[in-house]
Amino acid sequence: MQNAIKKWFPVLALPTVVAFMISFLIPFVMGIYLSFCSFKTVKNATWVGFDNYLRSFANEDFINALWFTVKFTVISVITINILAFVFAMLLTKALRGTNVFRTIFFMPNLIGGIVLGYIWLMIINGFLYYFGATITTSATYGFWGLVILMNWQLIGYMMIIYISGIQNISPDLLEAADIDGANSAQKLIHITIPQVMPSITICLFLTLTNSFKLFDQNYALTAGAPGKQTQMLALDIVNTFYGRVGWQGVGQAKAVIFFLIVAVIALSQLFLTRRKEVES
Amino acid sequence: MKKSKRILSCLLAGCMTAAALVGCSGGSDSKTSSGNGNADTSNVKSIYFLNFKPEIAEKYETIAKKYKEETGIEVKVKTAASGEYEKTLTSEIAKSDPPTIFQINGPVGYQNWKDYCAELKGSELYGMLTDENKSLAVTDGDGVYGIPYAIEGYGIIYNDEIMQKYFAIDGAKAKSIDEIKNFDTLKAVVEDMQAKKADLGIDGVFGSTSLKAGDDWRWQTHLANLPLYYEFKEDTSSDNIILNGLNAKEIQFKYAQNYKNIFDLYTNNSCTEKTLLGGKTVDESMAEFATGKCAMIQNGNWGWSQISGVDGNVTKAENIKFLPIYTGIEGEENQGLCIGTENYFAINGEVDEATQKASLDFLKWLFSSDYGKEQVTKELGFITPFKTFTEDDQPDDPLAKEVISWKAKESNGIKNLEWLFTAFPSEQWKNDFGASLLEYVQGQKEWSAVVDDVKQSWKTEREATAG
Repeated sequence: MQNAIKKWFPVLALPTVVAFMISFLIPFVMGIYLSFCSFKTVKNATWVGFDNYLRSFANEDFINALWFTVKFTVISVITINILAFVFAMLLTKALRGTNVFRTIFFMPNLIGGIVLGYIWLMIINGFLYYFGATITTSATYGFWGLVILMNWQLIGYMMIIYISGIQNISPDLLEAADIDGANSAQKLIHITIPQVMPSITICLFLTLTNSFKLFDQNYALTAGAPGKQTQMLALDIVNTFYGRVGWQGVGQAKAVIFFLIVAVIALSQLFLTRRKEVES
Repeated sequence: MKKSKRILSCLLAGCMTAAALVGCSGGSDSKTSSGNGNADTSNVKSIYFLNFKPEIAEKYETIAKKYKEETGIEVKVKTAASGEYEKTLTSEIAKSDPPTIFQINGPVGYQNWKDYCAELKGSELYGMLTDENKSLAVTDGDGVYGIPYAIEGYGIIYNDEIMQKYFAIDGAKAKSIDEIKNFDTLKAVVEDMQAKKADLGIDGVFGSTSLKAGDDWRWQTHLANLPLYYEFKEDTSSDNIILNGLNAKEIQFKYAQNYKNIFDLYTNNSCTEKTLLGGKTVDESMAEFATGKCAMIQNGNWGWSQISGVDGNVTKAENIKFLPIYTGIEGEENQGLCIGTENYFAINGEVDEATQKASLDFLKWLFSSDYGKEQVTKELGFITPFKTFTEDDQPDDPLAKEVISWKAKESNGIKNLEWLFTAFPSEQWKNDFGASLLEYVQGQKEWSAVVDDVKQSWKTEREATAG
């Protein structure tokens, strides 16, 4: 059996490998190549070296968008994870209707980003209307609007992951702690959190990358207004690509830089939280 | 396992090189210009038209079907979603079956697509343009690369029913629309109407000044045309105002005050509070006009379908008319609407000559055969710049008729303004301007700062997109 798998491995893997090439690897490599080119379509590219990268960094919008994205990511990662964890703790208690609540909290995650963006745009504008304002009145409104939207969408999802983590904790450990006279705060810090570290790793990873890469919600909710003050990186890249004649290459270079940033952040986060995981 | 790994890595490496090669090739393809040779089109089976206007997509399908019946050539019509044309074209044109007819929006759009635009000076389609409209074509050196096909006009659309109601009131600042010939009168009338809005049954004189990102083109593009038109007109380097605009490395924004005049008039006498304008869309303001909540709105003749299509539309076709946008410029009594085009056909110079010729033949058929002409005027609703269209071949929607009648007034000394926003440096410039305007109405930016931003942004955008 083992031998048969070995023998047929290349053939069996081929469809996946080909699909992976066509839909991911080739576009990715071409994308990196194009970031060093001046081009209009993928067919008429001419090599310009690092020019696009220099122009990206000289572009104020890019730096502003980066800074806004970082602020947004920090706030939303913290709020989403804390709230999701709290909900998970509540819904693993022996309460009536926990399953119903779990389902309801999870549902926002099933709605697409653009739709969510427009729904929240209506809600937020409808609320601000009473104060004679809209979400574009101030960048602060846009910022918190995005944070609320992101929380609403992701808390349910993260909560499910935390719930599965919490349910996997051996009751023996908690029972032993009870016998030793530990109070609930001690149990939380010394047993629950270390035991759900794998869930924390995955939740942090998901919230971090999703927040950083946010596009649909940003586009639908504020589209960067007022000015470009609420423009996040992904939106800035698209706007660079289509905003000026001859700047497609710069947009592409920004996209490559964006990829590197996301990769570095995500990998270092994985490395750091993995170290804290304990064997149960 | 080791062996399979090696095979895998070989495969990967192979594909990566292939990808790199694909990326490299095609860059230096010499382009076959001249879509006007006498190429034999008998072998051409199909042509591909990438349509810009979603609202008439179905009508093009009908036309394509008829063309196939007559000539046997299949016209593949694909329509890009609203606001997605550039994106769709970018991906479509890189395919093995690219569009043979596409649209560019003027000289700046041409810069973007010049590698793909065939030279059209010798084509019959270009020959069909009236002499006056030949100047509208997109040119580069001696070559012609874009042929205008639909003339459009914009101004202040007003609802005559409400205006008549106002003129009948005692003490009205004007007694008929003909008395409104300059900004001062317009302002007096508008402010008086705003004060009497309850009697007139409106929420405000003007529809919302929609400043939501993506819905601000009426201000950052269309309204910006007026002050810059007068500025570039004073530029003595050439008689061609669009060319002056294209060559301008910097602008003075000399008529900024005039822009402010009309912009403030719009926002101060609107049916919507200033602070809420950032959330308003064009559709919403057109709906306000259609349902009679306001008496005036700045937009173009394409707006008719939006007005008539609104649920609960109470405005009647015969009551919808145009007024020029007066801004307080000296001698504006003779100013007309802003009439021009940003719709140009371009032929893909990368496809073989026979297909280029077949594409041009289709366009020629569309704009000169009896069937084609009828479709163009009745169904597509274009005011065309071609001499094949006589005075009887004109669309019958009320705003298009108004544009034609304003055009006719030119013989009485009225001067309609050309569209020169096709010479604005980039989308970015327009978006920056729109963003500044939003901050201005929200009271977060002084007008002088808006003016500085506009000037600065013109300079940087011109530099950024040069070469």
